[in-house]
Amino acid sequence: MKEYCVILFQTVTQSVWTSRLLKKAGIERKMVPIPRSLSADCGYCVRVLRDDAQRVRELLDRSGVGCARIENYQ
Amino acid sequence: MSMHTGIFSHAQLADRIGMVLQAEKAAAVYFDNAATSFPKPPAVIGAVTDYMTRVGGNPGRSAHARSVDAGEAVFAAREAAAELFGASNPMRVLFASNATDALNLAVQGILRPGDHAVTTAMEHNSVIRPLREMEARGVALTVVPCPDGRLDPERFSRSVRGDTKLAVVNHASNAFGILQPLRDIAAVCRERGIVLLADCAQTAGIIPIDMERDGIDLLAFAGHKGLYGPTGTGGLVLAGGFDTALLRPLKFGGTGSNSDSEVQPDFLPDRYESGTLNAAGISGLNAGIRHIFSLQDGVKSVHSHKKMLADRFINGVRGSVRGFTGYVPAERIETGVVSFNIAGMEPSEVAYLLSERYGIMCRPGLHCAPLAHRTMGTFPGGTVRFSFGIFNTEEEIDLSIQALGEISSGKR
Ligand SMILES: Cc1ncc(COP(=O)(O)O)c(C=O)c1O
Repeated sequence: MKEYCVILFQTVTQSVWTSRLLKKAGIERKMVPIPRSLSADCGYCVRVLRDDAQRVRELLDRSGVGCARIENYQ
Repeated sequence: MSMHTGIFSHAQLADRIGMVLQAEKAAAVYFDNAATSFPKPPAVIGAVTDYMTRVGGNPGRSAHARSVDAGEAVFAAREAAAELFGASNPMRVLFASNATDALNLAVQGILRPGDHAVTTAMEHNSVIRPLREMEARGVALTVVPCPDGRLDPERFSRSVRGDTKLAVVNHASNAFGILQPLRDIAAVCRERGIVLLADCAQTAGIIPIDMERDGIDLLAFAGHKGLYGPTGTGGLVLAGGFDTALLRPLKFGGTGSNSDSEVQPDFLPDRYESGTLNAAGISGLNAGIRHIFSLQDGVKSVHSHKKMLADRFINGVRGSVRGFTGYVPAERIETGVVSFNIAGMEPSEVAYLLSERYGIMCRPGLHCAPLAHRTMGTFPGGTVRFSFGIFNTEEEIDLSIQALGEISSGKR
Protein backbone atom coordinates (compact mmCIF):
# COMPACT_ATOMS: atom_id res chain seq x y z
CA MET A 1 0.00 0.00 0.00
CA LYS A 2 1.34 3.40 -0.99
CA GLU A 3 1.09 6.13 1.64
CA TYR A 4 0.03 9.59 0.57
CA CYS A 5 -0.13 13.20 1.75
CA VAL A 6 -2.27 15.98 0.36
CA ILE A 7 -1.10 19.55 -0.05
CA LEU A 8 -3.85 22.08 0.57
CA PHE A 9 -3.72 25.63 -0.62
CA GLN A 10 -5.74 28.79 -0.33
CA THR A 11 -6.50 28.89 -4.04
CA VAL A 12 -6.68 26.40 -6.83
CA THR A 13 -4.18 28.57 -8.73
CA GLN A 14 -1.55 27.43 -6.23
CA SER A 15 -2.63 23.80 -6.72
CA VAL A 16 -2.24 24.03 -10.48
CA TRP A 17 1.10 25.78 -10.16
CA THR A 18 2.30 23.10 -7.75
CA SER A 19 1.12 20.34 -10.02
CA ARG A 20 3.11 21.84 -12.87
CA LEU A 21 6.22 22.30 -10.72
CA LEU A 22 6.05 18.69 -9.53
CA LYS A 23 5.60 17.45 -13.06
CA LYS A 24 8.70 19.35 -14.15
CA ALA A 25 10.62 17.94 -11.18
CA GLY A 26 9.46 14.41 -12.01
CA ILE A 27 7.61 13.96 -8.71
CA GLU A 28 4.51 11.75 -8.82
CA ARG A 29 1.34 13.75 -8.10
CA LYS A 30 -2.40 13.74 -8.68
CA MET A 31 -5.13 16.33 -8.36
CA VAL A 32 -7.81 15.08 -5.97
CA PRO A 33 -10.88 16.68 -4.38
CA ILE A 34 -10.14 18.22 -1.00
CA PRO A 35 -11.13 15.62 1.64
CA ARG A 36 -14.21 16.85 3.55
CA SER A 37 -12.47 16.09 6.83
CA LEU A 38 -9.81 18.67 6.03
CA SER A 39 -11.78 21.53 4.50
CA ALA A 40 -15.22 22.54 3.34
CA ASP A 41 -13.86 23.82 0.02
CA CYS A 42 -15.28 22.69 -3.28
CA GLY A 43 -11.86 22.88 -4.96
CA TYR A 44 -9.06 20.38 -5.32
CA CYS A 45 -5.66 19.72 -3.83
CA VAL A 46 -2.50 17.89 -4.82
CA ARG A 47 -1.80 14.37 -3.61
CA VAL A 48 1.82 13.19 -3.38
CA LEU A 49 3.64 10.21 -1.90
CA ARG A 50 4.34 10.66 1.78
CA ASP A 51 8.03 9.96 1.11
CA ASP A 52 8.17 12.97 -1.23
CA ALA A 53 6.58 15.40 1.25
CA GLN A 54 9.84 16.97 2.41
CA ARG A 55 11.11 17.50 -1.15
CA VAL A 56 7.78 19.01 -2.11
CA ARG A 57 7.83 21.38 0.85
CA GLU A 58 11.28 22.59 -0.14
CA LEU A 59 10.27 23.04 -3.76
CA LEU A 60 7.26 25.13 -2.74
CA ASP A 61 9.35 27.31 -0.46
CA ARG A 62 11.86 27.92 -3.22
CA SER A 63 9.40 28.72 -6.00
CA GLY A 64 7.21 31.31 -4.25
CA VAL A 65 3.96 29.36 -4.51
CA GLY A 66 3.18 30.37 -0.96
CA CYS A 67 2.00 28.77 2.21
CA ALA A 68 0.49 25.33 2.11
CA ARG A 69 -0.76 22.77 4.57
CA ILE A 70 0.47 19.23 4.17
CA GLU A 71 -1.76 16.55 5.69
CA ASN A 72 -1.79 12.79 5.75
CA TYR A 73 -4.26 11.23 3.35
CA GLN A 74 -5.84 7.83 3.36
CA MET B 1 -3.12 17.83 -26.49
CA SER B 2 -5.22 14.94 -27.81
CA MET B 3 -5.25 14.32 -31.53
CA HIS B 4 -9.01 14.29 -31.90
CA THR B 5 -11.37 17.08 -31.07
CA GLY B 6 -14.43 14.93 -31.62
CA ILE B 7 -15.43 16.90 -34.71
CA PHE B 8 -12.24 17.07 -36.73
CA SER B 9 -8.75 15.85 -36.07
CA HIS B 10 -6.40 18.66 -35.08
CA ALA B 11 -4.58 18.33 -38.39
CA GLN B 12 -7.85 18.70 -40.32
CA LEU B 13 -8.85 21.63 -38.19
CA ALA B 14 -5.48 23.35 -38.60
CA ASP B 15 -5.77 22.93 -42.39
CA ARG B 16 -9.23 24.41 -42.46
CA ILE B 17 -8.24 27.30 -40.23
CA GLY B 18 -5.18 27.95 -42.40
CA MET B 19 -7.29 28.02 -45.58
CA VAL B 20 -9.90 30.33 -44.12
CA LEU B 21 -7.26 32.72 -42.79
CA GLN B 22 -5.44 32.84 -46.12
CA ALA B 23 -8.66 33.58 -47.95
CA GLU B 24 -9.53 36.34 -45.48
CA LYS B 25 -6.08 37.83 -45.76
CA ALA B 26 -6.23 37.86 -49.54
CA ALA B 27 -9.67 39.47 -49.54
CA ALA B 28 -8.79 42.53 -47.52
CA VAL B 29 -6.02 44.59 -45.96
CA TYR B 30 -6.55 44.94 -42.22
CA PHE B 31 -5.01 48.09 -40.74
CA ASP B 32 -7.05 48.26 -37.53
CA ASN B 33 -4.85 46.22 -35.22
CA ALA B 34 -4.89 48.88 -32.50
CA ALA B 35 -8.63 48.26 -32.10
CA THR B 36 -8.18 44.51 -32.11
CA SER B 37 -5.68 42.38 -33.99
CA PHE B 38 -6.58 40.32 -37.04
CA PRO B 39 -5.92 37.64 -38.11
CA LYS B 40 -5.12 35.63 -35.01
CA PRO B 41 -2.33 33.06 -35.26
CA PRO B 42 -3.77 29.59 -36.09
CA ALA B 43 -2.46 28.34 -32.72
CA VAL B 44 -4.81 30.77 -30.97
CA ILE B 45 -7.81 29.43 -32.83
CA GLY B 46 -6.56 25.91 -32.16
CA ALA B 47 -6.29 26.60 -28.43
CA VAL B 48 -9.82 28.03 -28.22
CA THR B 49 -11.15 25.10 -30.22
CA ASP B 50 -9.27 22.65 -28.05
CA TYR B 51 -10.77 24.24 -24.95
CA MET B 52 -14.28 24.15 -26.38
CA THR B 53 -14.06 20.62 -27.74
CA ARG B 54 -11.88 18.78 -25.25
CA VAL B 55 -11.15 20.70 -22.03
CA GLY B 56 -14.53 22.22 -21.39
CA GLY B 57 -14.70 22.55 -17.60
CA ASN B 58 -14.92 25.41 -15.15
CA PRO B 59 -11.39 26.24 -13.98
CA GLY B 60 -10.84 25.65 -10.29
CA ARG B 61 -14.29 24.50 -9.34
CA SER B 62 -14.00 20.68 -9.26
CA ALA B 63 -11.49 17.84 -9.33
CA HIS B 64 -12.71 16.16 -12.50
CA ALA B 65 -10.41 16.17 -15.49
CA ARG B 66 -12.24 18.89 -17.41
CA SER B 67 -12.06 21.31 -14.52
CA VAL B 68 -8.44 20.47 -13.73
CA ASP B 69 -7.43 20.90 -17.38
CA ALA B 70 -9.26 24.21 -17.52
CA GLY B 71 -7.37 25.33 -14.41
CA GLU B 72 -4.12 24.32 -16.10
CA ALA B 73 -4.99 26.22 -19.26
CA VAL B 74 -5.68 29.39 -17.29
CA PHE B 75 -2.54 28.97 -15.23
CA ALA B 76 -0.42 28.51 -18.36
CA ALA B 77 -1.68 31.91 -19.50
CA ARG B 78 -0.79 33.46 -16.12
CA GLU B 79 2.74 32.10 -16.49
CA ALA B 80 3.02 33.41 -20.04
CA ALA B 81 1.80 36.88 -19.05
CA ALA B 82 4.09 36.99 -15.99
CA GLU B 83 7.06 36.10 -18.19
CA LEU B 84 6.08 38.65 -20.83
CA PHE B 85 5.84 41.53 -18.33
CA GLY B 86 8.66 40.49 -16.00
CA ALA B 87 6.23 39.91 -13.13
CA SER B 88 7.66 38.00 -10.21
CA ASN B 89 4.74 35.69 -9.56
CA PRO B 90 2.05 34.29 -11.91
CA MET B 91 -0.53 34.64 -9.13
CA ARG B 92 -0.16 38.40 -9.50
CA VAL B 93 -1.62 38.21 -13.01
CA LEU B 94 -5.35 38.96 -12.67
CA PHE B 95 -7.55 38.23 -15.64
CA ALA B 96 -10.22 40.68 -16.72
CA SER B 97 -12.50 40.96 -19.70
CA ASN B 98 -10.49 43.68 -21.46
CA ALA B 99 -8.12 46.55 -20.70
CA THR B 100 -11.01 48.77 -19.65
CA ASP B 101 -12.10 46.26 -17.03
CA ALA B 102 -8.55 46.08 -15.64
CA LEU B 103 -8.19 49.87 -15.61
CA ASN B 104 -11.48 50.20 -13.73
CA LEU B 105 -10.39 47.68 -11.13
CA ALA B 106 -7.21 49.68 -10.52
CA VAL B 107 -8.71 53.18 -10.61
CA GLN B 108 -11.83 52.42 -8.59
CA GLY B 109 -9.97 50.05 -6.30
CA ILE B 110 -7.29 52.50 -5.24
CA LEU B 111 -8.86 55.94 -5.13
CA ARG B 112 -11.04 57.16 -2.26
CA PRO B 113 -12.78 60.52 -1.84
CA GLY B 114 -10.21 63.06 -0.72
CA ASP B 115 -7.35 61.44 -2.67
CA HIS B 116 -5.54 63.13 -5.54
CA ALA B 117 -4.73 61.45 -8.84
CA VAL B 118 -2.54 62.53 -11.76
CA THR B 119 -2.89 61.54 -15.38
CA THR B 120 -1.79 62.74 -18.81
CA ALA B 121 -3.44 64.61 -21.64
CA MET B 122 -2.83 61.63 -23.95
CA GLU B 123 -5.22 59.18 -22.32
CA HIS B 124 -7.83 56.90 -23.83
CA ASN B 125 -11.41 57.23 -22.60
CA SER B 126 -10.94 53.97 -20.71
CA VAL B 127 -8.62 55.90 -18.38
CA ILE B 128 -10.09 59.38 -18.35
CA ARG B 129 -13.73 58.33 -17.94
CA PRO B 130 -13.16 56.21 -14.82
CA LEU B 131 -11.01 59.06 -13.45
CA ARG B 132 -13.70 61.67 -14.20
CA GLU B 133 -16.21 59.41 -12.45
CA MET B 134 -13.93 59.26 -9.41
CA GLU B 135 -13.64 63.04 -9.58
CA ALA B 136 -17.43 63.26 -9.36
CA ARG B 137 -17.16 61.05 -6.28
CA GLY B 138 -14.75 63.40 -4.51
CA VAL B 139 -11.28 62.60 -5.89
CA ALA B 140 -9.11 65.54 -7.03
CA LEU B 141 -7.66 65.06 -10.52
CA THR B 142 -4.82 66.75 -12.36
CA VAL B 143 -4.42 66.18 -16.11
CA VAL B 144 -0.86 67.07 -17.08
CA PRO B 145 -0.59 68.69 -20.54
CA CYS B 146 1.65 66.92 -23.05
CA PRO B 147 2.92 69.32 -25.70
CA ASP B 148 3.76 67.30 -28.83
CA GLY B 149 2.16 64.30 -27.19
CA ARG B 150 4.94 63.63 -24.72
CA LEU B 151 4.71 63.80 -20.95
CA ASP B 152 7.63 65.72 -19.47
CA PRO B 153 8.71 63.94 -16.25
CA GLU B 154 9.67 67.32 -14.72
CA ARG B 155 6.22 68.70 -15.35
CA PHE B 156 4.67 65.49 -14.08
CA SER B 157 6.75 65.77 -10.92
CA ARG B 158 5.53 69.34 -10.33
CA SER B 159 1.89 68.22 -10.51
CA VAL B 160 2.34 65.68 -7.74
CA ARG B 161 0.99 66.76 -4.33
CA GLY B 162 1.27 65.51 -0.78
CA ASP B 163 -2.06 63.70 -1.10
CA THR B 164 -1.40 62.16 -4.53
CA LYS B 165 -2.24 58.49 -4.38
CA LEU B 166 -2.26 57.31 -7.99
CA ALA B 167 -0.70 58.20 -11.34
CA VAL B 168 -2.25 56.74 -14.48
CA VAL B 169 -0.07 56.91 -17.57
CA ASN B 170 -0.71 55.80 -21.12
CA HIS B 171 2.35 53.79 -22.20
CA ALA B 172 1.66 54.46 -25.87
CA SER B 173 -1.08 56.45 -27.51
CA ASN B 174 -3.65 54.40 -29.41
CA ALA B 175 -4.19 57.34 -31.75
CA PHE B 176 -0.62 58.54 -32.38
CA GLY B 177 1.80 55.74 -31.46
CA ILE B 178 3.86 57.99 -29.20
CA LEU B 179 5.56 56.33 -26.24
CA GLN B 180 5.72 57.94 -22.79
CA PRO B 181 8.95 57.93 -20.73
CA LEU B 182 7.53 55.45 -18.26
CA ARG B 183 10.77 54.74 -16.44
CA ASP B 184 11.39 58.41 -15.63
CA ILE B 185 7.81 58.78 -14.44
CA ALA B 186 8.16 55.63 -12.34
CA ALA B 187 11.21 57.12 -10.67
CA VAL B 188 9.14 60.14 -9.60
CA CYS B 189 6.37 57.84 -8.34
CA ARG B 190 8.82 55.75 -6.33
CA GLU B 191 10.35 58.80 -4.72
CA ARG B 192 6.98 60.30 -3.82
CA GLY B 193 5.28 57.07 -2.77
CA ILE B 194 2.65 57.12 -5.52
CA VAL B 195 1.13 54.03 -7.12
CA LEU B 196 1.86 53.97 -10.87
CA LEU B 197 -0.79 52.41 -13.11
CA ALA B 198 0.42 51.97 -16.69
CA ASP B 199 -2.13 51.58 -19.48
CA CYS B 200 -0.25 49.11 -21.68
CA ALA B 201 -3.21 48.35 -23.96
CA GLN B 202 -1.14 49.52 -26.94
CA THR B 203 2.27 48.23 -25.91
CA ALA B 204 1.78 44.73 -24.50
CA GLY B 205 3.45 42.40 -26.98
CA ILE B 206 4.77 45.35 -28.99
CA ILE B 207 7.28 47.13 -26.73
CA PRO B 208 9.49 45.13 -24.35
CA ILE B 209 8.25 45.70 -20.78
CA ASP B 210 9.78 44.60 -17.51
CA MET B 211 7.56 45.74 -14.64
CA GLU B 212 10.23 45.49 -11.97
CA ARG B 213 12.91 47.23 -14.04
CA ASP B 214 10.50 49.84 -15.38
CA GLY B 215 9.00 50.52 -11.93
CA ILE B 216 5.37 49.84 -12.87
CA ASP B 217 3.16 48.96 -9.87
CA LEU B 218 0.02 48.05 -11.81
CA LEU B 219 -0.02 47.14 -15.48
CA ALA B 220 -3.28 46.98 -17.44
CA PHE B 221 -3.25 45.08 -20.73
CA ALA B 222 -5.65 43.99 -23.44
CA GLY B 223 -5.36 40.38 -24.57
CA HIS B 224 -6.98 40.94 -27.94
CA LYS B 225 -4.62 43.52 -29.44
CA GLY B 226 -0.84 43.04 -29.45
CA LEU B 227 -1.08 39.69 -27.68
CA TYR B 228 -3.26 38.20 -30.45
CA GLY B 229 -5.75 36.59 -28.08
CA PRO B 230 -9.52 36.56 -28.60
CA THR B 231 -11.74 39.52 -27.71
CA GLY B 232 -12.95 39.47 -24.12
CA THR B 233 -9.46 39.00 -22.69
CA GLY B 234 -7.24 41.36 -20.73
CA GLY B 235 -5.84 41.77 -17.27
CA LEU B 236 -4.12 43.65 -14.51
CA VAL B 237 -0.66 42.61 -13.33
CA LEU B 238 0.52 43.57 -9.85
CA ALA B 239 4.21 44.17 -9.16
CA GLY B 240 5.85 41.91 -6.60
CA GLY B 241 6.13 44.67 -4.02
CA PHE B 242 2.63 46.05 -4.48
CA ASP B 243 0.58 45.84 -1.28
CA THR B 244 -2.83 44.37 -2.15
CA ALA B 245 -4.36 46.04 0.92
CA LEU B 246 -4.29 49.23 -1.21
CA LEU B 247 -6.55 47.72 -3.88
CA ARG B 248 -10.20 47.04 -3.14
CA PRO B 249 -11.87 44.46 -5.40
CA LEU B 250 -14.40 45.80 -7.88
CA LYS B 251 -16.46 42.62 -7.90
CA PHE B 252 -17.32 40.11 -5.23
CA GLY B 253 -18.56 36.56 -5.67
CA GLY B 254 -17.77 32.93 -6.24
CA THR B 255 -14.13 31.96 -6.58
CA GLY B 256 -14.10 28.20 -5.94
CA SER B 257 -12.07 28.87 -2.80
CA ASN B 258 -13.14 29.39 0.86
CA SER B 259 -16.56 28.14 -0.16
CA ASP B 260 -17.66 27.86 3.47
CA SER B 261 -17.30 31.62 3.89
CA GLU B 262 -19.65 34.43 2.89
CA VAL B 263 -16.75 36.85 2.81
CA GLN B 264 -14.51 37.55 -0.21
CA PRO B 265 -11.12 35.77 0.04
CA ASP B 266 -8.16 38.06 0.68
CA PHE B 267 -5.55 36.09 -1.31
CA LEU B 268 -4.43 36.30 -4.93
CA PRO B 269 -5.73 35.90 -7.52
CA ASP B 270 -9.15 34.98 -6.08
CA ARG B 271 -9.63 38.29 -4.27
CA TYR B 272 -10.03 40.00 -7.66
CA GLU B 273 -11.38 37.21 -9.87
CA SER B 274 -14.98 36.51 -8.93
CA GLY B 275 -17.11 34.54 -11.34
CA THR B 276 -16.17 32.07 -14.05
CA LEU B 277 -13.24 33.29 -16.09
CA ASN B 278 -13.26 33.45 -19.87
CA ALA B 279 -11.27 30.21 -19.95
CA ALA B 280 -11.77 29.62 -23.68
CA GLY B 281 -10.52 33.11 -24.46
CA ILE B 282 -7.69 32.88 -21.95
CA SER B 283 -6.55 29.60 -23.56
CA GLY B 284 -6.32 31.51 -26.81
CA LEU B 285 -4.50 34.37 -25.09
CA ASN B 286 -1.93 31.91 -23.79
CA ALA B 287 -1.33 30.69 -27.35
CA GLY B 288 -1.13 34.30 -28.56
CA ILE B 289 1.55 35.26 -26.05
CA ARG B 290 3.46 32.10 -26.82
CA HIS B 291 3.24 32.95 -30.51
CA ILE B 292 5.06 36.22 -29.75
CA PHE B 293 7.66 34.30 -27.73
CA SER B 294 8.14 31.95 -30.68
CA LEU B 295 9.17 34.76 -33.02
CA GLN B 296 12.87 35.20 -33.41
CA ASP B 297 13.67 38.03 -30.94
CA GLY B 298 10.12 37.89 -29.52
CA VAL B 299 8.60 41.27 -28.67
CA LYS B 300 11.62 43.09 -30.12
CA SER B 301 10.90 41.68 -33.55
CA VAL B 302 7.28 42.86 -33.32
CA HIS B 303 8.52 46.35 -32.48
CA SER B 304 10.97 46.45 -35.35
CA HIS B 305 8.42 45.05 -37.82
CA LYS B 306 5.92 47.76 -36.85
CA LYS B 307 8.54 50.48 -37.05
CA MET B 308 9.58 49.26 -40.47
CA LEU B 309 5.98 49.32 -41.75
CA ALA B 310 5.28 52.79 -40.29
CA ASP B 311 8.53 54.17 -41.76
CA ARG B 312 7.76 52.70 -45.16
CA PHE B 313 4.29 54.18 -45.09
CA ILE B 314 5.35 57.67 -44.03
CA ASN B 315 8.25 57.81 -46.46
CA GLY B 316 6.04 56.45 -49.23
CA VAL B 317 3.19 58.91 -48.89
CA ARG B 318 5.54 61.86 -49.01
CA GLY B 319 5.36 63.12 -52.55
CA SER B 320 2.80 60.63 -53.78
CA VAL B 321 -0.25 61.58 -51.72
CA ARG B 322 -1.50 65.09 -52.31
CA GLY B 323 -2.53 67.03 -49.18
CA PHE B 324 -1.25 64.37 -46.79
CA THR B 325 -0.81 65.59 -43.20
CA GLY B 326 0.88 63.38 -40.64
CA TYR B 327 1.06 64.48 -37.03
CA VAL B 328 4.07 62.63 -35.66
CA PRO B 329 7.52 62.22 -37.27
CA ALA B 330 8.24 58.60 -38.24
CA GLU B 331 11.06 58.27 -35.71
CA ARG B 332 8.66 58.99 -32.84
CA ILE B 333 6.10 56.36 -33.86
CA GLU B 334 6.89 53.23 -31.87
CA THR B 335 3.79 51.05 -32.12
CA GLY B 336 2.86 50.97 -35.81
CA VAL B 337 0.03 53.49 -35.36
CA VAL B 338 -0.15 56.31 -37.91
CA SER B 339 -2.74 59.10 -37.74
CA PHE B 340 -3.19 61.33 -40.78
CA ASN B 341 -5.55 63.47 -42.82
CA ILE B 342 -6.01 64.19 -46.51
CA ALA B 343 -6.65 67.87 -47.26
CA GLY B 344 -10.26 68.65 -48.08
CA MET B 345 -11.61 65.28 -46.98
CA GLU B 346 -13.28 64.02 -43.84
CA PRO B 347 -11.48 61.09 -42.15
CA SER B 348 -14.63 59.01 -42.41
CA GLU B 349 -14.82 59.65 -46.16
CA VAL B 350 -11.22 58.54 -46.66
CA ALA B 351 -11.81 55.41 -44.60
CA TYR B 352 -14.99 54.66 -46.49
CA LEU B 353 -13.30 54.92 -49.88
CA LEU B 354 -10.34 52.83 -48.70
CA SER B 355 -12.69 50.14 -47.58
CA GLU B 356 -15.15 50.22 -50.50
CA ARG B 357 -12.67 50.59 -53.35
CA TYR B 358 -9.55 48.91 -52.06
CA GLY B 359 -10.61 46.59 -49.25
CA ILE B 360 -8.37 48.48 -46.82
CA MET B 361 -9.85 48.54 -43.33
CA CYS B 362 -8.88 51.26 -40.87
CA ARG B 363 -10.48 53.45 -38.25
CA PRO B 364 -11.39 57.13 -38.72
CA GLY B 365 -12.48 59.63 -36.06
CA LEU B 366 -11.39 60.16 -32.48
CA HIS B 367 -10.45 56.58 -31.55
CA CYS B 368 -12.03 56.81 -28.08
CA ALA B 369 -9.31 59.34 -27.27
CA PRO B 370 -10.74 62.89 -27.51
CA LEU B 371 -8.18 64.05 -24.95
CA ALA B 372 -5.24 62.86 -27.06
CA HIS B 373 -6.77 64.41 -30.18
CA ARG B 374 -7.20 67.76 -28.37
CA THR B 375 -3.57 67.59 -27.31
CA MET B 376 -2.44 66.95 -30.88
CA GLY B 377 -4.76 69.57 -32.39
CA THR B 378 -6.95 67.10 -34.27
CA PHE B 379 -10.14 67.53 -32.22
CA PRO B 380 -13.01 67.40 -33.10
CA GLY B 381 -12.42 66.33 -36.71
CA GLY B 382 -10.17 63.44 -35.82
CA THR B 383 -7.88 61.55 -38.16
CA VAL B 384 -7.63 58.45 -40.29
CA ARG B 385 -5.72 55.85 -38.30
CA PHE B 386 -3.73 53.00 -39.80
CA SER B 387 -2.54 50.51 -37.20
CA PHE B 388 -0.27 47.74 -38.40
CA GLY B 389 0.12 44.23 -37.03
CA ILE B 390 2.56 41.37 -37.26
CA PHE B 391 0.82 39.91 -40.31
CA ASN B 392 0.90 43.09 -42.38
CA THR B 393 3.37 43.22 -45.24
CA GLU B 394 5.33 45.78 -47.21
CA GLU B 395 3.14 45.00 -50.24
CA GLU B 396 0.07 46.01 -48.25
CA ILE B 397 1.74 49.28 -47.26
CA ASP B 398 2.57 49.98 -50.91
CA LEU B 399 -0.98 49.18 -51.96
CA SER B 400 -2.33 51.61 -49.37
CA ILE B 401 0.03 54.36 -50.53
CA GLN B 402 -1.17 53.87 -54.09
CA ALA B 403 -4.79 53.89 -52.94
CA LEU B 404 -4.31 57.10 -50.97
CA GLY B 405 -2.56 58.65 -53.97
CA GLU B 406 -5.58 57.93 -56.14
CA ILE B 407 -8.08 59.06 -53.52
CA SER B 408 -6.19 62.30 -52.87
CA SER B 409 -6.00 63.17 -56.56
CA GLY B 410 -9.70 62.59 -57.05
CA LYS B 411 -9.25 59.41 -59.13
CA ARG B 412 -11.91 57.47 -57.35
C1 LIG C 1 -4.65 53.09 -24.80
C2 LIG C 1 -5.86 52.23 -24.63
N1 LIG C 1 -6.36 52.04 -23.40
C3 LIG C 1 -7.44 51.25 -23.20
C4 LIG C 1 -8.08 50.61 -24.24
C5 LIG C 1 -9.28 49.76 -23.95
O1 LIG C 1 -9.03 48.45 -24.29
P1 LIG C 1 -10.21 47.38 -24.29
O2 LIG C 1 -11.00 47.63 -25.53
O3 LIG C 1 -9.52 46.05 -24.26
O4 LIG C 1 -11.02 47.58 -23.06
C6 LIG C 1 -7.59 50.78 -25.54
C7 LIG C 1 -8.20 50.13 -26.72
O5 LIG C 1 -9.24 50.38 -27.19
C8 LIG C 1 -6.47 51.61 -25.73
O6 LIG C 1 -5.97 51.80 -26.95
